[in-house]
Amino acid sequence: MLTGSYAPFIVSAYAVTALAVATLIVWVVTDYRKQQNILHDLEARGATRRSSHTNKPSETAA
Amino acid sequence: MALIDLANPTRFLALTARLLPWLIGVTALLMLAGLQQAYMAPDDYQQGATVKIMFVHVPNAWLSMFVWIVMTAAALGTLVWRHPLADVAAKAAAPLGAAFTFVALVTGSLWGRPTWGTYWEWDARMTSVLILFLMYLGLIALWRAVEDPSRAARAAAILTLVGAINIPIIKFSVDWWNTLHQPASLIRSGGAAIHPTILIPLLIMALAFSLLFLTLHLAAMRNEILRRRVRTLQMMQAAGRA
Repeated sequence: MLTGSYAPFIVSAYAVTALAVATLIVWVVTDYRKQQNILHDLEARGATRRSSHTNKPSETAA
Repeated sequence: MALIDLANPTRFLALTARLLPWLIGVTALLMLAGLQQAYMAPDDYQQGATVKIMFVHVPNAWLSMFVWIVMTAAALGTLVWRHPLADVAAKAAAPLGAAFTFVALVTGSLWGRPTWGTYWEWDARMTSVLILFLMYLGLIALWRAVEDPSRAARAAAILTLVGAINIPIIKFSVDWWNTLHQPASLIRSGGAAIHPTILIPLLIMALAFSLLFLTLHLAAMRNEILRRRVRTLQMMQAAGRA
């Protein structure tokens, strides 16, 4: 079904889409691991947020 | 859990941790089903096999505009209610919107060459979508350039609201001007002008890409909340040493 003169255009369109989706997934996963590692490192060195002591439900600051 | 509880980043993170595995599973299954349906879809009587490009082009084109609408709502949340999660939502959405717009532009170009005989034409639809892509890049650059997050949030929110004027221009460009791009064939008065054998795979792919956006957006928001916690801890440590 993907043969003929149109095949390169169709395959290229799907390849670009797959590459963009894969890039977004890799970005999200690696960024999560990076932030988690830094956070664990900081907490291991004794850094804690005020909210981790009080943990008020009304707290909105990230 | 009340909806208002999601305003608390800690509760938002807890909900995201529970939701994400399910969203990833459903998105993957729907994407596979959509791709299978797209592969099996018949050729169009006019465009031949190139109609298969529509199954990736149209969902990405829709999302390129939808993401900006989400960011516009978040910009109002930043400016009116000054809620920190609103800026988190907008900042996390911008790279996703840029990627969807890039894919829409490239796949549209690859569809245009065999159907129109050209990769690119400076018509109203294509030019306004290119402007949308540049606006996404501008917003990402703005967030990176301004060090103070609250100042960056306000500036980005204003730019997002101003940029929202481009969304109706993109949508109605094919009606207002004489463009090479075809007019709307799905969301139009008189119903969809697409045969069900092509319409159903298109709708499945649109739903799959929408869920992909939701999944990636929640994950990127979680990352942004963690990044801000890291920044807060680093600033507290630096203040403690001073």
